[in-house]
Amino acid sequence: MYNQKVLDAFANPKNVGVIENADGEGTVGNPTCGDIMKITLKIDNDIITDAKFQTYGCTAAIATSSTATEMIKGKSVEEAMKLTNSQVVEYLEGLPPQKIHCSVLAEEAIKKAIENYQEKKKAK
Amino acid sequence: MRIYLDHAATTPLDEEVLQKMLPYFTEKFGNTHSQHNYGKETAIAVDKARKQVADALGCSPNEIYFTASGTESDNWAIKGTAFANRENGNHIIISSIEHHAVLNSAKWLEKNGFAVTYLPVDEFGVIKLDELKKAITPKTVLVSVMLANNEVGTIEPINEVVEICHAKGILVHTDAVQAVGAMEINLKELGVDLASVSAHKFYGPKGVGALFIKNGIRIDKLIIGGGQERNQRGGTTNTPTIVGMGEAIETAVRDMQKNNTYVKELRDYFVKRVTNEIPYVKYNGHPTNRLPSNANFSFEFIEGEGILMLLDLGGVAVSSGSACSSGTLDPSHVLLAMGVDIVLAHGSLRFSLGKHNTKEEIDYTVDLLKKTVERLRKMSPLFTLKEGEIKNV
Repeated sequence: MYNQKVLDAFANPKNVGVIENADGEGTVGNPTCGDIMKITLKIDNDIITDAKFQTYGCTAAIATSSTATEMIKGKSVEEAMKLTNSQVVEYLEGLPPQKIHCSVLAEEAIKKAIENYQEKKKAK
Repeated sequence: MRIYLDHAATTPLDEEVLQKMLPYFTEKFGNTHSQHNYGKETAIAVDKARKQVADALGCSPNEIYFTASGTESDNWAIKGTAFANRENGNHIIISSIEHHAVLNSAKWLEKNGFAVTYLPVDEFGVIKLDELKKAITPKTVLVSVMLANNEVGTIEPINEVVEICHAKGILVHTDAVQAVGAMEINLKELGVDLASVSAHKFYGPKGVGALFIKNGIRIDKLIIGGGQERNQRGGTTNTPTIVGMGEAIETAVRDMQKNNTYVKELRDYFVKRVTNEIPYVKYNGHPTNRLPSNANFSFEFIEGEGILMLLDLGGVAVSSGSACSSGTLDPSHVLLAMGVDIVLAHGSLRFSLGKHNTKEEIDYTVDLLKKTVERLRKMSPLFTLKEGEIKNV
């Protein structure tokens, strides 16, 4: 049901972990639904220099977390805010229909982490 | 390396069974209902298979009706009994841990004027008999409880169900699909009125099942057509698969004790290693009163499908919950009915062993499983939280 690209991203995920003293942090999902995603970002001058994730969830959730963090590294926060779940799915060359919602989670986690960064920045 | 630990989903066809089936695809292709010699030789083969199935299940050949699957048998039993007894009442009772073939047949009846009660089970997956007594009403016409559960392997007290129901004149169906070849079955002693079985669960072919209908019980037809199966189930007789079912059930029952002793020992060894070597694991189902092949675990802080996929990439085939529900996102209705926490239920896997598995395969599986669980937990924010708690203590 999963294509090879998804399986590769799942079996060899990039950016697993938590960034200490992260500039932005976002956690979305709910364990009763079977998905939680936590994204931490290192941001320098509005450029995302590092991104890490921790995910409790299925194959698609882990594959999209890895892919999404890869896609935003080196991007400006403005560009990263524009990342959509369909771009992540497209990069992975498709997901089974019942798994599309997992990619939404990655998009939401990133947005939340960037918003957290912007709030912190304002507070300074 | 490829290791198959999903025998509750399906089993490989026995080579000897295949050999017995093959002539009925080619030279012995006749229609069992034809009056010429071609028909006669296939009719004789089907009669033999019917006797093999009846002997294996402890009933008469004229109580066995061949179908195309366990699912068809379940559909026929539930819908056929409900509609045949419509004038006596419109209430049926099923357990809350039935296979979807029974569960969704009951739900279909709900849309067609029937009321359904779903019986609760205890933490081991055993139905609550006092709840059954309470659920029975003057309008109850059928109770359906599976003989053994497909996800956790729990064996249900069918004798007691029959006793309770027959005292009130209520018919009893049991879905025995997982039980054949895995436990002694004598339908006469069991006392049920209807029982469903499926050949591919006991090293027979796919696409064939049977429904036992006790002599004297009349139910409505499900598949209407010609006069096949003594005018109860239309459709040209599928001779090769029926021949295969007969041979497979004879072998399964003949070798049952030997196979079950072997498989149970392997399963117990597997369970012992997993529970000893992997932390935060729950062994689901009844500790002893379960099918010899089944081991169902919940792994805390991680999700079952991820474990399944990593095991598959490592060559080990297992199932998360039941294969039939793997297209859905909800955790197993069986585990939820047993009161397993919903988050824990998401992290569940079913291992079902078979007669061809070896100790080396089990050792490989445990080693891979240990690594897999550890790896996924390292990625899981839930596990980090838990580790934090442990560190704080």
